[in-house]
Amino acid sequence: MSDIALDKPLETFDEQAAPATLVRGYWQSVFNRLRHDTVTLFFAAIVLLIVLAAIFAPLVAPFDPYKDSVIARLKPIGWRDHFLGTDELGRDMLSRLIYGGRVSLLMGVVPVLIASIVGGLLGVVGGFAGGRVNTAIMRAMDVFYAFPSVLLAVAVAGAMGGGIGNGMLALTLVFIPPMCRVTETATTQVRALDYIEAARATGAGTITIIRYHVLGNVLGPVFVYASSLVSVSILLASGLSFLGLGVRPPTADWGLMLSTLRQSIYVVPFVCALPGAAIFVTSISFNLVSDGLRAAMDVRM
Amino acid sequence: MIFYILRRILYAIPIAFGVSVVCFSLVYIAPGDPLQTVMPPDATAETIEIVKHAYGFDKPIPMQYLIWLGHVLTGNFGMSISTRRPVILEVTDALANTSLLAVFAVPLSFSIGYAMGAIAGCFPGRWLDRLVTGTAVVGVSLPNYWLGIVLVVLFAVQYALLPATGMGPSGSTNFHILEWSSAKYLVLPVFTLAMIPIGILARTTRAAVAEVRNQDFVQTLRAKGLSEWAVIRHVLKNSLPQVMAVMGLQFGYLLGGSILVETVFTWPGSGFLLSKAIINRDVPVLQGTILALSLIFVATNLVVDLLQSLVDPRIRRA
Repeated sequence: MSDIALDKPLETFDEQAAPATLVRGYWQSVFNRLRHDTVTLFFAAIVLLIVLAAIFAPLVAPFDPYKDSVIARLKPIGWRDHFLGTDELGRDMLSRLIYGGRVSLLMGVVPVLIASIVGGLLGVVGGFAGGRVNTAIMRAMDVFYAFPSVLLAVAVAGAMGGGIGNGMLALTLVFIPPMCRVTETATTQVRALDYIEAARATGAGTITIIRYHVLGNVLGPVFVYASSLVSVSILLASGLSFLGLGVRPPTADWGLMLSTLRQSIYVVPFVCALPGAAIFVTSISFNLVSDGLRAAMDVRM
Repeated sequence: MIFYILRRILYAIPIAFGVSVVCFSLVYIAPGDPLQTVMPPDATAETIEIVKHAYGFDKPIPMQYLIWLGHVLTGNFGMSISTRRPVILEVTDALANTSLLAVFAVPLSFSIGYAMGAIAGCFPGRWLDRLVTGTAVVGVSLPNYWLGIVLVVLFAVQYALLPATGMGPSGSTNFHILEWSSAKYLVLPVFTLAMIPIGILARTTRAAVAEVRNQDFVQTLRAKGLSEWAVIRHVLKNSLPQVMAVMGLQFGYLLGGSILVETVFTWPGSGFLLSKAIINRDVPVLQGTILALSLIFVATNLVVDLLQSLVDPRIRRA
C-alpha cells in the first residue's frame, strides 16, 4: 500500500511509466503473503489433492469400492494388489478411502456454507439494527450456545434418525450461532466507523450501506472463521457416522468405516486405523490452511 | 459483588428455559408419530386415540410443554422405551460413571494444557513454542474416538498392557478406584478424553499470555527492577480470566466428547447411554440425557463466570 513512489515528480507519473505492480490492492498483498507461506501452501496442496481425488474418484480408485470378495477379507496392508489392505467384506481399502472422501468433504463444506449464509444474514441484520432486534437474535443464539456442539449435533441427528441429509441439517444448526456471533461482532464494529456515517450523510439508504459498505468489510472475518469451521465440521460429521447417524452402509464413509472396522482391530490393527488417519489428515490440512488464511488476511478475532 | 452474582444467575434462568424448549422439541422433530414405538402396528384408530389421550398427546403443544416441564422439575423424565426403567435412574447412573472419567480427565488436561501454553507464551518463538503450537494444532484436528482406537490397538492389542474396553473384568459389578485391577480400566479413556482440551487450552493460554506480555504494565514491572520470574508471575495472573473462560467451554466439550470416547471404550457413562439410546431409538432417554448434560454445561458456565469475576473485578462492572 505504501509502495507508490511519492518522491517522484508528478509529470513522469503518466500511465505508461507507472508500473501497475507497484500499486498493490488488498487481495494482491494477501496473495503475496500466502505465496511466501510454505506451510500453508503445502497443506493447501494436500487439501487440493484430497478434493481432486474425491471428485475424480472413479478414475483414481484402483478397484470398485463396493466389490466384495470372500477370500480377500481383512487382508493386511500391501496384500497382493491391495495397497492398503481390505476391509471386513474384502473390499479394497484404498478405493473405499478415496470414495469416502466424497461424503466427508460434502458434510464438511455444505453445513458450513449454509450456516455462513443463514448465520451471516442474522448477524448482519442484528449488528446493523442493534437495540432490541439484536438482543432478540443474540439471546436466541445463546440458547444454542448452551449445548456443547457435539451434543447438539448428536441430539438433532439422533432425534431425526440419522442419514446424510439429517446429519447435514444437524451440523448446520450447530454452526449457525457461532457464525452469527462472528458476523454480529464484525458488523457492530464496522457500523461505528466514520465512513458509514459519511455514507448516510450523502443520503445512502440502509440497504445500500449494508451492501456496499458493511458486507465488504465483514466478509473477511466471516470467510476466515467459516474456513476454520470446515475442519470442525469434518470431525463432527465423521463422529456422527461413527455413531451410526451419518450415511448408511454400504456407502463408503470414513466415520462409518472406522466404526465397522473397529470389530476387527485384533485381526488387522493397522488397516482399521486408516479411515481415522484420513479424517485426521484432512482435518489438520483444512485447519492449517485456515490458520494461514487468517494470518495472510490479517483478521483478528 | 452480590448484585453481579444475582444478575448472572437471573440471566442463566432464561437460557435453561430455552434449553428445555429445545430438548422438548426433540420428540417432535423425530420422524413419524411420537407414539409409534409403543404402539402395535395394527392398533385401531380408537386405541390410538385412547393412548394419545393417556400420554397427553391430544393437547395443544404449548400445554404439553408445560406438563412435561412440570414433570421434569419434579424429577420425572419418563420411562426408557428399551429398558422400561425410569429415565432419571438411567441418567444418574450413567452420569456417575462419566464424572469418574471427568474427575481425572479435567485436572489432567487443564494442568498440562495450561502449563504448555504458559511456557510457550513466556518464551515466544523458541523451539518449545513451536512444539506447543504444533501439538495444539494436532490436538484440535484429532478425532478423539480414532485416538482411542489407536491407543487400544497399541496398548491392548499389540502389547496387552491395559484392558481395551469396559469398566472392569466382565461379570464384576464393583469398581474400586484404589485397586489397580479396576483403575487400569480408566487409563485409556481418561487419556483419550483429556487429549483434545490439552491442545485447545495450550493454544488459548499461549495467546493470552503473549497478549498480556505486550501490555504496558509489564514494561513498568521490568523498569521497577522485578526479576523475570516475578514478571512472569504477574503475567500469568493477568492471563487467568481469559484462560478460565475457555476451561469452562472445554468442560462442556468433555461432556459432549465423552459420547464418542465412551462408545469406543464401552464405558457405561452418559455418552454411552446416548449412543445406546440412538441405536434403540429411545427418545425419552435421548431427551433426558441431553437435557441433563446441557443443564450441567449451563451451570458450569455460570460457575466459571462467577469465578472469573472473583479473579478479575473489572468483569463485574461490564
